[in-house]
Amino acid sequence: MSTLEEIRESFSFFDDWEDKYRFIIDLGRELPQMPEDQKRDENLVRGCQSQVWLTATFDPDDRLHLTMDSDAHIVRGLIAIVLAAYDGQPRTSVSGIDIEGLFDELDLMKHLSPTRGNGLKAMIGRIRSLSAS
Amino acid sequence: MRRQDFPILQEEMNGSPLVYLDNAATTQKPALVLHAMDAYYRTSNANVHRAAHGLADEATRAYEGARDRLRHFINAAHREEIIFTSGTTASINLLAATLGSRLGRGDRILITELEHHSNIVPWQLLAERTGASLIAARVTESGDVDLDDFHKKLQPAPAIVAFGHVSNALGSVHPIAGMIRAARDAGAITVIDGAQALAHLPVDVQALGCDFYAGSAHKMYGPTGTGLLYGRRELLEALPPWQGGGEMIEEVTLTGSTWNALPYKFEAGTPNIAGVIGFGAAIEFLEGLSWDDVRSHEQRLISRCVAELRQMPEVRLVGEPAERAGVVSFLVEGSHPHDIGTLLDQQGVAVRTGHHCAMPLMTCLGVPGTVRASFGLYNSDDDVDRFVTALRKSLTFI
Repeated sequence: MSTLEEIRESFSFFDDWEDKYRFIIDLGRELPQMPEDQKRDENLVRGCQSQVWLTATFDPDDRLHLTMDSDAHIVRGLIAIVLAAYDGQPRTSVSGIDIEGLFDELDLMKHLSPTRGNGLKAMIGRIRSLSAS
Repeated sequence: MRRQDFPILQEEMNGSPLVYLDNAATTQKPALVLHAMDAYYRTSNANVHRAAHGLADEATRAYEGARDRLRHFINAAHREEIIFTSGTTASINLLAATLGSRLGRGDRILITELEHHSNIVPWQLLAERTGASLIAARVTESGDVDLDDFHKKLQPAPAIVAFGHVSNALGSVHPIAGMIRAARDAGAITVIDGAQALAHLPVDVQALGCDFYAGSAHKMYGPTGTGLLYGRRELLEALPPWQGGGEMIEEVTLTGSTWNALPYKFEAGTPNIAGVIGFGAAIEFLEGLSWDDVRSHEQRLISRCVAELRQMPEVRLVGEPAERAGVVSFLVEGSHPHDIGTLLDQQGVAVRTGHHCAMPLMTCLGVPGTVRASFGLYNSDDDVDRFVTALRKSLTFI
């Protein structure tokens, strides 16, 4: 799994969309698959185009641990970026993480727009509300 | 054909002309439509039907002129059989709301597994409200309606039989003339969702013999927010009004109201005047073309596209219907439709991916969704070739 710094650095070298999307798809390939028995309805956000599953737990130190998966390669790659930003963060820091700013910086904002229907935006909403509760 | 009439197609996206293959979602608009709507707001904006001044006369003439064009376009017998709505969805909801008084527990509504959600959910709501049951004729592996199953489900006779003319997800053209005849012989009211047909095929409602036919302007080169409901006059007259408000009344007292004549009984409130005028202009545009030319052009593009897709071992066509209009749906082995859609988008090719508002159909076919390329009359051989090149490149990513 790549760290946020590694992802940022790789993105800084891309000068065309092809390298960028090949990298995103590779990130998706490296993402561990969620066990099938966790791909239950209560862990699912159904987008119009693709689906995302999420489970979130907090360890004894109140740090967030996420398992996420999707049925689409590119969405799995985007999930790897989301995980790099959120996974292992203290609960109290979650609301301060500017995921929109990160996606904007990586020129991936269109994948977070509500119209793409890939379930990712709703999933980020779920991470935030789980951490607030 | 007629590409030069569409201003948006002259624009470039990322340095190359946009390849727009999402016409089943909405079509682009010719300058004729844009000018008609602009001219209405610039020179004749007034509310229709009610005022005594000249501007209102002009607006009313343009609005009612669109109704006359629509009547001619689908060969309705009477102009008052053309109701303007906000689109196909509203047209079907109008029917589901007003036909309800004829339904009761034990009645059946027959649709098919190929329907768009707009031709499923309004009937589901009606069934819940009345205690009627909703049943669906099966889809075959090729993506056609299983006609044996359809005929079987006409006994005992359903109260309402509603189905699409052309499948938005697969492009299948259904043999609706025979289906309508069989449904009417069984004593059912027939409702046709023509949203995906009107831009691709000539439609003659009298020859078809249907009771109702619905469509959307924006899928036939007109503006969004405007649509059509055709209904046979005697049926429309017998139905109660849908929405209440201005325009649809004859007389209102605090104890009751009487209804305006057709078509106004079903057009409550200030209508989408600019939209209807734009709709009329879209019909003028279509009537300036020959259906033979449109059909043969689009069929050639679709055949070319299908032949190219068959060459790619990773690609599986979803639906190979007996007759096709507008749409080619497919899947790429080892990838999700969303991946292919995203990679095509990066290359300036606009397609649609997902369930296409036909989740029951996707479930019946056992697919998560499809990639859908859908064609309009302005698409060219070059569009097909650029789509194919972009798809081949996308396959190298997966």
